[in-house]
Amino acid sequence: METFLQQIINGLTLGSVYALVALGYTMVYGIIGLINFAHGEVVMIGAMVALSVITGLLGSHASLPAVVIILAGLFVAILVCVAIAYSMEKIAYRPLRSAPRLAPLITAIGMSIVLQNVALMVWGRNYRTFPTLITPTPHIIFGAAMTDLQMLIVVLAALLMGGLVLIVQRTRLGIAMRATAQNPQVAGLMGIDINVIISAAFVIGAALAAVAGLMVMAYYGIAHYYMGFLLGLKAFTAAVLGGIGNLAGAMLGGLLLGIIEALGAGYIGDVSNVCGLSSLSDALQQKCADNDGQVSLFGSNYQDVFAFFVLILVLIFRPSGLLGERVADRA
Amino acid sequence: MAAPALLELTRLEVAYGGIHAVKGIDLIVRQGELVCLIGANGAGKTTTLKGITGLQPVKAGKIVYDGADVTGKPAFQLVRKGLSMVPEGRGVFGALTIEENLAMGAYSRRDRVAIKQDIERVFGLFPRLKERRKQTAGTLSGGEQQMLAMARAIMSRPKLLLLDEPSMGLAPLMVQKVFETILTIAAEGVTILLIEQNAKLALEVSHRGYVMESGTITLSGDARQLLSDPKVREAYLGEAV
Repeated sequence: METFLQQIINGLTLGSVYALVALGYTMVYGIIGLINFAHGEVVMIGAMVALSVITGLLGSHASLPAVVIILAGLFVAILVCVAIAYSMEKIAYRPLRSAPRLAPLITAIGMSIVLQNVALMVWGRNYRTFPTLITPTPHIIFGAAMTDLQMLIVVLAALLMGGLVLIVQRTRLGIAMRATAQNPQVAGLMGIDINVIISAAFVIGAALAAVAGLMVMAYYGIAHYYMGFLLGLKAFTAAVLGGIGNLAGAMLGGLLLGIIEALGAGYIGDVSNVCGLSSLSDALQQKCADNDGQVSLFGSNYQDVFAFFVLILVLIFRPSGLLGERVADRA
Repeated sequence: MAAPALLELTRLEVAYGGIHAVKGIDLIVRQGELVCLIGANGAGKTTTLKGITGLQPVKAGKIVYDGADVTGKPAFQLVRKGLSMVPEGRGVFGALTIEENLAMGAYSRRDRVAIKQDIERVFGLFPRLKERRKQTAGTLSGGEQQMLAMARAIMSRPKLLLLDEPSMGLAPLMVQKVFETILTIAAEGVTILLIEQNAKLALEVSHRGYVMESGTITLSGDARQLLSDPKVREAYLGEAV
């Protein structure tokens, strides 16, 4: 039970990050039908920029309070990510707006490679450690531990998602985004400049990505020029799981995926324990005795497999996702 | 002819997917007029409208609206100048509520208070929409959607309203209602260019009419005269003359 609750907490934390990133995929897909494969790299750039600003400030003005330093890092990261996403759409995707779908998709993969290599040039290929600014004090909840940082990630992500829902549901911009997603041509007839709406989707997604980048870096304590790839793929999986193009789906998919992954990582060792079969072989029996009856085929390092296992299951059994309606009619 | 021209097409040519669908037409709509453009399916009527609103690229010719050359201008800029269009097939945002649809109609405006008043005014014209203001537009019947599309278009307070086949796919009673609405809107001083396959009804409500065949204007003039024109009666009103 404790493992279960602990993994739920861990999963919720990671899932919050996935959800924030998944929103960026789903907003862009919902409006222009493009899977922006470079979105994971925007997360990575956000983490890297925040890291540079934070370590820079720590080096020069050690007297600044940690909160100010983190906020400064976050602020610069958001600015840089927004600028990158805005230019990326304008330079790389907009000219291909009426091209066959494959062209912008491959361009997105190209953008992803470009951003990775820019990061490689700027920050090098080594893992970079994130300084411990918030001492992770664990709070015990029903026998499971939840650190301050985990709470902060979950609460901040929830606030951001709530804010986004408010924007999309209540504001003029939000209604125009939904209208454009449904029918861009008619949206134009309403006086909506759809280029502005598309830019807004990229910009909002990038701001969320920057926050997610800082979160995931603070959580794991490291950043790397390649970190956006796997994170991006998982967030994309989360978006597909929830129903790509659907905001609520991205949030639900992100949280679910985080929890599935965490539970998977927490239990795979026990589930794949082969000591129950130890009567089959003397060597196995010996090994089980040496390892306290725990010889597992798979360890928690298989965590990443679960996300893609989920992706495959969703694509086979419910390609439109949990909350999605129409994927096929967007040609 | 006292009233100045609000819309003037000069030798307009528009292509539609490789087909030269509009082959150089001249058309004029004067301020305060209700003008219809009739013709068979595939004559190029819708393509003409799409050319005017920049939804299809103009190949040649000129579009002057409200004294300015607007050839090739995108739709969203034209709306801000008071040119609004109800597209073929209505184009309501099915997943948005009726109120949200109307709000989108007023997207080009910033005067919140007046927008609120206009929404109430529109609800006065269409009580059916008021009853369902919080429902999504996709739940409305075809006729109600057409009402919503027209209500949404007048939310931008247009000077010129382009209507593309408003009676298409509607039951006769609903068609009647749609045409009554068109007259109501026109009576409020909105200039209208109406595209219709239902030539009889269109000519009955219009001041002037144009007849389009295979991308060219073959006849034009006073709507009453066109109604009694033997060629029109035979080709479009299904009467043997």
